[in-house]
Amino acid sequence: MNFIIYVSNYIMPFIFFYIIGLGLLTKTPIYDEFIKGAKEGFKVVIDILPTLIGLMVGVGILRASGALDLLSKLLEPITDALHFPSELLPIVLVKMFSSSAATGLLLDIFKEYGPDSYLGRLVSIILSSTETIFYTMAVYFMAAGVKKTRYTLAGALVATLAGTIASVVITNLVF
Amino acid sequence: MLNYLWGFMIIIGIIVGVFKGNIADVGNAAITSSKEAVTLCISMLGIMAMWTGMMQIARKCGLVASFTKALRPIIRFLFPDLPKGHVVNEYIASNMIANILGLGWAATPMGLMAMRELKKLNADSDIASFDMCTLLIVNISSLQLIPVNIMAYRSQYGSVNPAEILMAGIIATCISTLAGLIFATTARRLRRRNNRRG
Repeated sequence: MNFIIYVSNYIMPFIFFYIIGLGLLTKTPIYDEFIKGAKEGFKVVIDILPTLIGLMVGVGILRASGALDLLSKLLEPITDALHFPSELLPIVLVKMFSSSAATGLLLDIFKEYGPDSYLGRLVSIILSSTETIFYTMAVYFMAAGVKKTRYTLAGALVATLAGTIASVVITNLVF
Repeated sequence: MLNYLWGFMIIIGIIVGVFKGNIADVGNAAITSSKEAVTLCISMLGIMAMWTGMMQIARKCGLVASFTKALRPIIRFLFPDLPKGHVVNEYIASNMIANILGLGWAATPMGLMAMRELKKLNADSDIASFDMCTLLIVNISSLQLIPVNIMAYRSQYGSVNPAEILMAGIIATCISTLAGLIFATTARRLRRRNNRRG
């Protein structure tokens, strides 16, 4: 399954090649547009910074106090039965409510185990394949003034579960 | 939501820290973590700006628009109740494309505009229409192909190859989206059949 890692290395360069090539062909002022877009990216990161500070402090406190270790020990019987690493269950659960809180926990996993460890890879793949459920539903349905959401939650849970299972299977196969 | 989640994190952390005798570490962790968030954001600035810069070129040279057009048949299949040529089709397409390209901040406003139009089409009811359910499930199932932020985090914490998870992530994303869509279309059909009988 080395093939999948091999392809991964090609994805970004290929996207860049395609965009730049098309830009040149259509005579788009690519460099000016790049600069314009890059400024946009600055704003995005500056917007994230306060949340990231808040949540990294929260997770940092949880980790240093020993509460995270305690939690994964408590979850062990459940996660062992599911063949899922107990260190990652809190992330999967938190991600349903808040994506920035999950990011805080993801960074904690990277710090503790390294991004290239089994846990680091698995959590990268899980978080790139799922979105936050309750937050998205709250924002979208509130904007539309909808109170009864019918089968949305069930569908969202099915998608999240499928993504998480797929992540575990793929990580075991590829890495 | 985050108010409680964040509050509990800190309260529980401090209580556990006191009982386990780690309270000095807790104080230190608060200081180092806040500094770390800033360092992280500085390296993220580079990666994120690079990505949004590229995406701006893609938008300018018409690539995003042609992707949006290519999505039309898929949208017609997923949202069969939408009137043809209605502006909501465009909103949904833009929302999906922005999600796929990892422009979450551009996806949400488009998604919200789509929701407002869907509400009008649904006679202003406060019960979600089938199309709303599908739109939400698609959004939650994650469409993002290139998780730029996760690559930024990986590189910041010393990954040898931050991009190595890309293909695996794409496969997992497709599976979660597919599962969500199968659920959404099946639920829609079942409900409709039941309605007809009732």
